[in-house]
Amino acid sequence: MKTKQKKKVVRVDFTPMVDMMMLLITFFMLCTSLIKPKSMEINMPSNKDDIKEEQQNKVKASEAITIIFDKDNKVYYYEGIPEMGSLKEANYSDKQGGLRDLLLKRNMVAIQKVKALRQKYNQTISSDAFAEKKAKKKLDDEIEKIRGEKGVPNVIIKGTDEGSYENLIACLNEMQICDIGKYVIVAIEDFDKEMIEYYKTNGTNPAAGAATE
Amino acid sequence: MGRFNIKKHDTFIDMTPMSDVMVLLLTFFMLTSTFIKPEPIKVNTPGSVSEIKVPDKNVLTILIEKTGRIFMSFDKKGDALTTLDGICEKYSLSLSRQEKSEFGQLPAFGLPIQNIPALLKLPEDSREAAMSNESNKGIPCDSLDNQFKDWVLCAKEVNPDLRISIKADATTPYKVIKQVMTSLQDIKENRYNLITTLKKVESVDE
Repeated sequence: MKTKQKKKVVRVDFTPMVDMMMLLITFFMLCTSLIKPKSMEINMPSNKDDIKEEQQNKVKASEAITIIFDKDNKVYYYEGIPEMGSLKEANYSDKQGGLRDLLLKRNMVAIQKVKALRQKYNQTISSDAFAEKKAKKKLDDEIEKIRGEKGVPNVIIKGTDEGSYENLIACLNEMQICDIGKYVIVAIEDFDKEMIEYYKTNGTNPAAGAATE
Repeated sequence: MGRFNIKKHDTFIDMTPMSDVMVLLLTFFMLTSTFIKPEPIKVNTPGSVSEIKVPDKNVLTILIEKTGRIFMSFDKKGDALTTLDGICEKYSLSLSRQEKSEFGQLPAFGLPIQNIPALLKLPEDSREAAMSNESNKGIPCDSLDNQFKDWVLCAKEVNPDLRISIKADATTPYKVIKQVMTSLQDIKENRYNLITTLKKVESVDE
């Protein structure tokens, strides 16, 4: 007589397992942040006097563009040495009359160079992670060098007390987009405030500025 | 006539593929995620094109609310405790060990040093609410009473590798930011990170 072997079904019910997984996934989805915040690194000039002098050499007032941000997202700028009436208004947009427009025109040479470098980098992209890292570092170094070259405008950023943090970040952002390596954030002076007041009443009018002298 | 033969359908659904997918998703979330750090105040950071990552170790985060209140948080509990020791010594404040470790439990703090004992007297679950309350002024940072500077100085002494990162609300008045920046300048902290969210900008090709 043959022994009849009964075939048993070895199916396991996975439904409870799936339930538990669902719970865990919901937990992780709700408690985590996938978007890591980015950051900007800034280097402030030191307060010590000896370094200050060196810094001043770096950013010569006569060759610099000074950007002053004010309340209600207004932003002004002047070039070179401040003078009553030399203040002009700009905005944060990338259109005509914006800060970016102004800085891009000033920094054409450097931007072209950086763009060429980036293109070269994009073409030679390799799958090797180590080489990739090395190439990226080299690219960053070179960009840094171009940004620090002669001919790249120096920018001084000032802000009135009524300006907001967002304005400061917007200004720094423009520096990065326009490849400007030399910029400083300094405290606003009384003369700058007077200039803003003057601008509000008279607008940009060098002739009027000359007349009051 | 024969009977209707009703066939019994098996309603058993195989959950194995579903379970497979779930496990995959779960592993993905577990590996990629970083937990949201609870913060007593709400901060909307402004956007920038910068793509530098925030350092994830040894960070001292300075939170600035839009009303200008300053809060601080350490990523390592040990640093917070040793810094508190230094601060207690400086301001001749005596706290018991129990109180100190309770202070270390706080995810972020921001209050005048004189108010710390009062805060620790409160029941544990109402402390955070007390700090986010309007009546709390945050860490003082003005020319008369600059406790912020002492906090950062002490923290730096405890851990020289500490990276400072500022996380401020987009609408914070520049006045407060300037105060913080000049305070940091005074103690020769000239390198720090400003935390922003990524905002893509069309490239400047034209």
